[in-house]
This record gives sequence, structure tokens and C-alpha cells, in this order.
Amino acid sequence: MLVYDTQLTSRLLLGTSRYPSPAVLTEAVKASGTDVVTVSLRRESSSERSGQGFFSIIRSLGVRVLPNTAGCHSAKEAVTTAHMARELFGTTWIKLEVIGDRATLQPDVFGLVEAARILANEGFQVFPYTTEDLVVADKLLDAGCRVLMPWGAPIGSGQGLNNVPGLRAMRARFPSVPLIVDAGIGVPSHAARAMELGMDGVLINTAVSRAGDPSAMAGAFNYAVKAGRTAYLAEPMMPSDVAIPSTPEAGLAFLA
Amino acid sequence: MRVTIVGAGIAGLSCAVEFAERGVPVEVFEQGQGFGPQSCSWFAGGMLAPWCECEHSAELIAKLGEQSLAWWTRRVPALVQRGSLVVAHGRHLSELVALSRRTTHYEWLDSTAVARLEPSLADRFPRALFFKDEAHIDPRGALRYLADRVIALGGRIHFGITCTDESQGDHLVIDCTGLAARHQLQDLRGVKGEMLLLRSNEIVLQRPVRLVDPKTSAYIVPRAEGVFMIGATMIESDDSTRMTARSVLELLSAAYALHPTFGEAEVLELGTQVRPAFPDNMPRIVWRRDRIYINGFFRHGYLLAPAFAQMAADAVLKEKGCRQVAYENHA
Repeated sequence: MLVYDTQLTSRLLLGTSRYPSPAVLTEAVKASGTDVVTVSLRRESSSERSGQGFFSIIRSLGVRVLPNTAGCHSAKEAVTTAHMARELFGTTWIKLEVIGDRATLQPDVFGLVEAARILANEGFQVFPYTTEDLVVADKLLDAGCRVLMPWGAPIGSGQGLNNVPGLRAMRARFPSVPLIVDAGIGVPSHAARAMELGMDGVLINTAVSRAGDPSAMAGAFNYAVKAGRTAYLAEPMMPSDVAIPSTPEAGLAFLA
Repeated sequence: MRVTIVGAGIAGLSCAVEFAERGVPVEVFEQGQGFGPQSCSWFAGGMLAPWCECEHSAELIAKLGEQSLAWWTRRVPALVQRGSLVVAHGRHLSELVALSRRTTHYEWLDSTAVARLEPSLADRFPRALFFKDEAHIDPRGALRYLADRVIALGGRIHFGITCTDESQGDHLVIDCTGLAARHQLQDLRGVKGEMLLLRSNEIVLQRPVRLVDPKTSAYIVPRAEGVFMIGATMIESDDSTRMTARSVLELLSAAYALHPTFGEAEVLELGTQVRPAFPDNMPRIVWRRDRIYINGFFRHGYLLAPAFAQMAADAVLKEKGCRQVAYENHA
């Protein structure tokens, strides 16, 4: 998968929040086979450089870091956080989240487009967390985004893909824009489903970090994403309303 | 054989008691002028909760925590063993179910049973997990108790002195200095914790109550005279100098969500410190030529320090031949 001129071998991106310990996180990252981990910044950890212990563990994972602006509720806040992230991790990649609703953690798409435009103009490579709305997607691309991250379901809910037709429409409308499903995936079959729809990747956090055995679950997602992608490329059969025998009926021995 | 212990937090003092009880002369050196906010032991919750804490690193915490609980029970008369309660609001019941799957030694309570145990919480929570064997202590009282015990056994405790001794011959130096040892222990990192103390005469709790919530999890530990400890944040940061407004807001929201009466409580104290933690968030005994390090208690100082003190004493006194073994890990 090519995102912002970077070739990624794994189509699974992994979040680093809410693991039992950094050691478990490290195992999960290895088991997932991912090339990219997302990291959320709390302002106090970054501004004083006091979160060095944790961030040095993240850096030592040997994968690319995609900082995110999780928990930001306005474009301005998200832009400030993006600046901190660039300084802290030395990357212009930013996963842009502007939250519009505290209960559903639904993106504020107006603030999102505004922040995306500002950051893209400043030279950031923006990965916007958005809904499956096609008009918003168009505006994000206009603002300079080259990747879109539609939600599957509300963050942390584990509900899976709440709007499959919406994701299909997005795929059809933007055939060459990398689409990475972000948020709401609960089990590997959800991830496989997203990949079968032709999504380019999925981002998982809670489904792995809050599993009983995060490392094993990360491995399961690794397989699921590969299975789903392979199935998509293999062109799945078309469903039919009636049974179609898989072996020819003609010529079967007639049993009276 | 004599033992010098550096650091008079929970790790150092439980170690001092363990060695002193086994007849080894001990001296404790503490950099601070007394027990106080320089140590994260000062701000602990004091929950002795091997099963409701075993959400992470389950079996080991349960086993070593149970061992420590027995250690405390035999020594500290002020220990309160009335169990602990874990509650969640109705829409987050799944969080309780998830916790219950990863632990043991609990029973499910319905709203009536919750009200019987904690009348103040009547009709507030439809379900709860009750860990009846768990206990809690007042951590500051426990530190003083352990110090008195060390002295009663002939040991000495020096405050305001930085000790740079190294192990030599039959003189062993045990370093229990927490995050201050981070330059010697490469993997050690700080995890900031913030807590507050409230006082209210309008609500009574018999036991610690943990509120599980995807956004603001916290526990409330009742202390004497209407005082409640609300804790604790977990932030990947090693700055212990200040508590943020956001953290106060989160902790108070959790207390308020547990019972609105806490909105009227008097704020007695805000506290912040940094817990020492290794990457697996489990403590370690690291045996080096110059010092033995006992460190990385994360949020489990009172819960696990006695078990590690026993392990260290066993290693030193019973298995002298095994000195080449570096206990770089807990196992």
C-alpha cells in the first residue's frame, strides 16, 4: 500500500493506547506485523518532554510512527497538537482527529476540513479520521489530503462496519485514494470484511489492546487483514438468490 | 551479615522489616527529611486488592498479592479486611463482565446486595463485583508502623541522608529508591499518578470502591474520620511537579459519578508523584555487584512489596550460592 509516497508492506495499522503494559504493546506490535503505529499525545507529556520513557519505547519498536490528535475538540487544538507531534517524533505524518461529540466521539467534519487545510498547507501529510460522507471526503481531498480514514463504527465501540453500502460507495467514488477504516472494529472478521470491500487498510486499537491476550489478537488481525485483501484481489463470487449446485447434476446415477 | 537499605518508601521499609525479623541488623537511609511527598508511597491508595488489580498480569499479581496480603494481615492491626467493590454504570456493564473474565475470588452482586454492603450506594448501580477477601490500609499509617517495627527490632532509620554505600563482603546494600535509580536501571520509566483527599461526613463507605468507566476510571478508598482518597491517574510522564486541572476534573467527576454527595465534600489535599515502572509494569529484583535493586512497583507498591521483600530475603539468606543469578525479572 502506497501512502504519501511511502510503501507499506502491512495493511494493518495499530494504535498504542490502553495496553496493560508497554511490554505487552511491544509483543502485540510484533505479532501484528504492522509497519505503522499511531500514538496519541497528551499535551503535558509532550510539552515538557517528560514522557520520554514511553516515547522511547515507541521509537524502539522500529516501525513508523503516525502521531494522532486524539481528544482534540477544535481545529485549533488539533493544529497545536500536530505541531507538538512533529517536534516530538520528527515526522510530518499526522492522523487528524477533531471530535465533535463527546458521547459518540463522532468527527466534527467542519473542524476536520479546516484543520486539514491548515496542516496540509504547512507541509503535513494528513490522515483524516472522517465519516463515510462523500461530500466531506471531496472537501478533505481538496484540502490536500491524499488518504482518507472513514470510520467503521464509533471509536472503541467494537461494533464493526455500521454502514457497508456507504463504504462501498466511497470505494467506488475514490478508486485511487487509499482508504483506511479507522475505529469501531471489534473482531478480526470485521477487519476481513473491510478488506473484502476493497478498503486499503484498517487501523485497530482497542480490539487488540483490550483483548484478554493482546498479542494473540494482534496476530489474528494480521491474518484477517491478509485474508480479506487476498479475497478482494481474488474477485469474490457473486451471491445468488437461488441454490446453484457445485457439482453437475446431469449424468448422476438414477437411484429409484 | 548486615543490610543497608536505601529509600524509606514501601519497598524499602517492607524489606527492612523482613530482614530485621529474620535477625539481620538493618539500617535504612532516606534522603527526605521524613515520610512525605517525596515518595510515591505517600500518595498510594493502600488497596490490598490482588484480584481486582489482576486485570493486568493476572496470575502473578494474584499470587504475589495474596502472599503480601497475608504478610500485612499478620503484622498491621489497622488493616481493614472488608473486601472491595467494583461498580459500573448500567451502560458500561460490559466493562465489569470483561474484568470478571480475567480474575477470580469475586461474586456478582445485584442492586439489593450492593445496598446491603454499602447503604450509601443503594439504587445507584444495578450490578457490582465484590471481592470479599481484599483489604485496605492507610498507607501513611502503614509506613510509620513499619518504621516503628524496624526500630523495635533494633534497626535504625536515618532521614535526610543520601547513602552512596556499595555492597562489600557481608554488608549488602539494597536500593529501593524508585525512579531515582533510573540511571542504574535502564528500562525504568515514570508513570505519573495524581490523587486527591476529600472529607465528607455525609457519606460512609466501608470498603474501597472502584468505578470502572471507559473514560474516567477511579477508586475511592475510605480512611478514618470521613476522609476519602480518590485516585489515581496514570499518565506516561515523569514530571511530578504539578497536578493538572484536567486530572482534578477527571478524578472529581469519577467521585461525583459514584455519588453526588462528593460534590459537597471538602478538598483536603491534591497529590502527585511518579511511579517507577519496568516495561511489563511488574517489579524486579536486580542483583548487581554493588547493590541489589528492588524497584518498578508501578501501582502495586503496597500490594506487592512484602512479597518481593520475602523473595529478596530468601535469595540473600537461604540461597547464598546463587549470587551469580541476577534476578533481572520477577520469575
